[in-house]
Amino acid sequence: MSKPRLATLWLDGCSGCHMSLLDLDERLLELATKADFVFSPLVDVKEFPRDVDIALVEGAIGTDEDREKILKVRERSRLLVAFGDCAVTGNVPAMRNPHGTCCVLARAYHETVTESPQTPTENLPRLAERVCPIHEVVAVDLVIPGCPPPADVIHEVLTELVAGRMPDPARLSRFGQ
Amino acid sequence: MKPQVKIKTLSIDGRDIGAREDETILEVARENGIAIPTLCWLEGLSTVGACRLCMVEIEGSSRLLPACTTHVEEGMRIATDSERLRRYRRQIVELIFSERNHVCSVCVSNGHCELQSLAQALGIVRVHVPYRYPRLDVDASHPRFVVDHNRCILCTRCVRVCDEVEGAHTWDVSGRGVDARVITDLAQPWGASESCTGCGKCVHVCPTGALFEKGKSVAEMSKRRQFLPYLTLMREERR
Ligand code: FES
Repeated sequence: MSKPRLATLWLDGCSGCHMSLLDLDERLLELATKADFVFSPLVDVKEFPRDVDIALVEGAIGTDEDREKILKVRERSRLLVAFGDCAVTGNVPAMRNPHGTCCVLARAYHETVTESPQTPTENLPRLAERVCPIHEVVAVDLVIPGCPPPADVIHEVLTELVAGRMPDPARLSRFGQ
Repeated sequence: MKPQVKIKTLSIDGRDIGAREDETILEVARENGIAIPTLCWLEGLSTVGACRLCMVEIEGSSRLLPACTTHVEEGMRIATDSERLRRYRRQIVELIFSERNHVCSVCVSNGHCELQSLAQALGIVRVHVPYRYPRLDVDASHPRFVVDHNRCILCTRCVRVCDEVEGAHTWDVSGRGVDARVITDLAQPWGASESCTGCGKCVHVCPTGALFEKGKSVAEMSKRRQFLPYLTLMREERR
């Protein structure tokens, strides 16, 4: 039997969930013997591959680019996991929603600068009007709440998934943990 | 001498139980170690039956009834847990999460919040309805306390404790439905309130991070509720 193909994706989040993944430490090596990391911010592959078995997605949908990425990931992955509170609830990135994106941009790039204020546009994806959790855009198969989910929780979830079983993260983690 | 109290016999989750006739289903269940989830109810305060989390099934009735406001009756057969009840409870909690901005990860009450732990107990890991993301105020005008409407679930515990225990009635509710807000005095800034005694009871009965002490950062605000049953007991003894 070939090893499951594992991918992780980083959308609108702080990378804390990936840091927590790195906190698996030596257990990552053990995991690498049971699964192939085919795409991740930790892997030097630029294009999200086809036939992914398990995709862990950190972060909310905050830009048009995030939206395109998550659609592609959904199409190419058998099991899509919302990984951490931003992916699950919108969390901190969604705190801009009550204020509106233009307000936030104005605050960041105009009100706080006196010398030629400007909003950067080049080589940057456009911020969406509203940040949303990924399940509002694509179907999600499994949800791991937590900000970030603790390394032990990630370990248990991945061990189960790689072994072909479906874990129950409600037992392990909660919003904000 | 106390007047004779009548005893009713009933069953909860298949257990036969005797209860005083003036007791509610919730009180009897708690005395017998049967847990029913609650949010608006708090021991030592009057009962409003607002959150509907404590709904139970009663044999012979198609309606669900709130355990906190329903008195026991002879022969009642009560179920406190079923797939249907769990589904409704999950829906209620998810709706509360979607109604305002409950961002657990950056909340002063993270790890000490009744809403958060209830969600976990009910196995909620995602909210199925879209979040509303309303724009809500934070009033930090009081010298010691803050009210953050983003986290308020309108349980009205603050209103009741201030009126019934402290006797100040600083808190009330204005607006209706989705526009309802807890207010201090006549919707003045809390810091300008003339009726507030600064006792902090409202802060400590608040189930979430809506009311908190100044200077508390993320996850630092744990509430102390022990004073409430104690105060009630002392007052009853004096009567
Ligand atoms: S606890 Fe009974 S309705 Fe809220």
